[in-house]
Amino acid sequence: MVIGPDTPTSTTALIGEGLVESPGVPPAGAPPAAIRGRSLAQIAWSRLKRDKGAMAGGVVVILLILVAILAPWIVALLGHPPDEFHQDPALMDLNRGGVPKGTFGGISGDFLFGLEPLNGRDLFSRVIYGSQVSLLIAFLATLLSVVIGTVLGMMAGYFKGWVDGLIGRAMDVFLAFPLLLFAIVLVGVIPESAFGLTGNGLRIAILVFIIGFFNWGYIARVIRGQVLSLREREFVDAARSLGARGPYIIFKEILPNIVAPILIYSTLLIPTNILFEAGLSFLGVGIRPPTPSWGEMLSSAVRFYNQPHFMFWPGMAIFLTVLAFNIFGDGLRDALDPKSR
Amino acid sequence: MRKKLVGVVASAAALILAASACQSTPTTPTPVTPEFNAAVGKVFNPSDHKGGTIKMAISEDWDSVDTGDTYYGLSWNLLRLYSRSLVMFKAEPGAAGNELTPDLAEALGVPSDGGKTWTYKLRSGVKYEDGTPVTSKDVKYAVMRAIDSTGTLKQGVGYQGGYLQAFLDLEGDTYGPYAAPGVDTKAITTPDDSTIVFHLKQPFGGFDYFAMLPLTAPVPQAKDTGVKYKEHVVSSGPYMFATYESGKGFTLKRNPNWDQATDPNRKALPDAYEIKLGVAADDIDNQIETGDIDVDLAGTGVQSAMLAKLLDENDALHKRADNPGSSRLWYTSINGNVAPLDNVHCRRAIEYAADRTGYQLAYGGPVAGGDIQTQALVPPIPGYAKFDLYPAGADNKGDATKAKDELTQCGQPTGFATTMAYRADRPKEKAVAESLQQSLKKVGIELTLQGLPTSGYFTTLAPGYMVEHKIGLATNGWASDWNDGYGMLGAIVDSRLISPKGGSSNLSVRDPEIDALLDKAFAEPDVSKREPIWAQIDKKVMEGAFILPGLWAKSVTLRSKNAANVFVNEAFGQYDYLAMSVAG
Repeated sequence: MVIGPDTPTSTTALIGEGLVESPGVPPAGAPPAAIRGRSLAQIAWSRLKRDKGAMAGGVVVILLILVAILAPWIVALLGHPPDEFHQDPALMDLNRGGVPKGTFGGISGDFLFGLEPLNGRDLFSRVIYGSQVSLLIAFLATLLSVVIGTVLGMMAGYFKGWVDGLIGRAMDVFLAFPLLLFAIVLVGVIPESAFGLTGNGLRIAILVFIIGFFNWGYIARVIRGQVLSLREREFVDAARSLGARGPYIIFKEILPNIVAPILIYSTLLIPTNILFEAGLSFLGVGIRPPTPSWGEMLSSAVRFYNQPHFMFWPGMAIFLTVLAFNIFGDGLRDALDPKSR
Repeated sequence: MRKKLVGVVASAAALILAASACQSTPTTPTPVTPEFNAAVGKVFNPSDHKGGTIKMAISEDWDSVDTGDTYYGLSWNLLRLYSRSLVMFKAEPGAAGNELTPDLAEALGVPSDGGKTWTYKLRSGVKYEDGTPVTSKDVKYAVMRAIDSTGTLKQGVGYQGGYLQAFLDLEGDTYGPYAAPGVDTKAITTPDDSTIVFHLKQPFGGFDYFAMLPLTAPVPQAKDTGVKYKEHVVSSGPYMFATYESGKGFTLKRNPNWDQATDPNRKALPDAYEIKLGVAADDIDNQIETGDIDVDLAGTGVQSAMLAKLLDENDALHKRADNPGSSRLWYTSINGNVAPLDNVHCRRAIEYAADRTGYQLAYGGPVAGGDIQTQALVPPIPGYAKFDLYPAGADNKGDATKAKDELTQCGQPTGFATTMAYRADRPKEKAVAESLQQSLKKVGIELTLQGLPTSGYFTTLAPGYMVEHKIGLATNGWASDWNDGYGMLGAIVDSRLISPKGGSSNLSVRDPEIDALLDKAFAEPDVSKREPIWAQIDKKVMEGAFILPGLWAKSVTLRSKNAANVFVNEAFGQYDYLAMSVAG
């Protein structure tokens, strides 16, 4: 499934998608429209546009990112500060341990998603702010895995021999690593400050490191396979016969040809990482209270299982995010690689 | 579907209850009206009816039924059915449950030599289940096996609590029938078969509390099989083991050699007891509701599904709920080793600023959680005298003005920052930490919350670690081993127990004056003089603001449908398993 400007792609596929820019009849009198070739990115985009599911997923993803970035303004407009307690007898039954009054956790114009049992914090604000932590960690960790995985995968595939052997064994080790247990232990012993970072900054950095650093094995495998076949292609031979050296060939000839798998893999890795972060927070080794994250909210909600609204909102947020990323990633793969359909 | 079924059963149960209440009014002298807290402070459904079987269940096994190898309150409550210690707490409702009364002994201990020697005389005519008479040598043997230096019975209050080893005048570090077989000790002597004398290294006025420990129940040496003795405990009480299946359960039947004439403390009304282990906790609640089980042995309160029903005043089950207090204190240690908390005014600022209702809510509110506590001693402890040095305003949500005033006196008028540790796998303690973070922020005290694993919490929080990580506050909790000032305060306010390696429950109370008062209380043999000293220590702890008291813990329990003589024994904070019988 190699796609790139330098490689011939299945012509039938291109014709099938329509190489002609404007298939409509040109207005009379106008000069006939020039028939122009389109870049593969344009073709992929036109395919993606027709995939309604993928587009919906994409829109949700963009909305989520906007929500995370604009969280302070959204909350200022529609909610209460995420840490503010509302242990108010008018809003909650305090004699029963802080059960929100009203339907489904006290949903009202003031509290869009109702109140958190016990503390009475605004669930809407916490879900909105929770997206920041969840998405930030997932994105950064994905970026880290992709960078490490791409570099090592390309080296293994291109140099082969002992380099491949060494990186291959490293991959095996990392793939076999009991990541969850390791994460629990490591996050449990984090000091208050290290590496010039303190508090939650340090915790986010360490979570990103753990999730990202131990997940590069999968992507490196995929890249290595791609590079192994690419390095034998004619355009690489041509570059080599013109005197190009290793680094030039890797970055200028091969890398542009593996952008598609990297992109696809990243979109599919993000939801996995969101779930992993949620899992860690659920186990209590995520970021510190009172900063909200979806996993932490789910974890607190377990105790209040007879007040299901508390679990509903963060659960829904995780569900929607993971679903949107997965559908979008699937659509992207189909668009970039029609043969996989 | 299931939920609906339970609902039907509940209303049916309520109908039957209501019906039986109406019928019983003319026949029994005290009308049986099921109401909230009907078994707290009074006997619910008193009866002299003999016969029937009391059915008990618990979700998991506890340490042991061996009187020398158990440290669980529920176990101490239960074992009075099949064993008799020298002294026991009265099986009565209300404050009387905290009073000691002789059981195997004729009278409470007689001190001599300034409180260093304690003598007990055994009642005559007490026999084991096989008919052999109980002698003072059996009591001595029982005590020595429980404190044996090898730790063969390592789960019991004898070995783990370490109380007797600390006071008994033992020779050397090797003692007990397993560590030193055949070696006699002079720390306990038995001049004749009905007299036992304890010799102490230093005076201890409250020795009767030690004589109350289950480990003083007699164990015949010939029948002792060490750890395996629990498979056949030889009964000295009104009931004996009929069956014992490890991990599954056991049954008790009447002991034919028990004589009511020797025992003023037990009525022994039921014919038998059935104890099931490993029943799911939610299932136990449901079976108590339907009447298939009488008691949840764990005695710590119902699960949250049942709790929701019991707390709802409109639910028919609300009338079958009891809300007993235990002798447990939830609190937060304020570490005076970390600046600026080394200044008493900064510690007092925390006392004033803390939102007490928030602390209470973190544990489930006034019914499920407990009462707001303003001192170290909890109400069931004899000597308790209520006081509140740091009133937190009319709404109990903290007095910001007073707190700021203390901050100014401390030289930190704008507040300060410190770290608060809590047990990360305890959601209630996390809620406490979050609540304090909110309320202290209002006066400028910024808390960083640090969750630590529950296992090894106290070892982690060694004095050095707390200083290094600037941990100024740490959630904490303590339940007294028995209701007395020593049992409550001994382990949590004595600064000499703080080890550099950590592990002590006392994380913050360091005051030589308190230590001196403790020594005075230990030596005082006169209860009426001793109890005021505990109250004095209580006050000192609060004056120094070494702890931020949170709650006097309460639980919500579901009363049996079929049982009579139901009441909460304050000594255990649970239904009294000895007095409970089957309604006629």
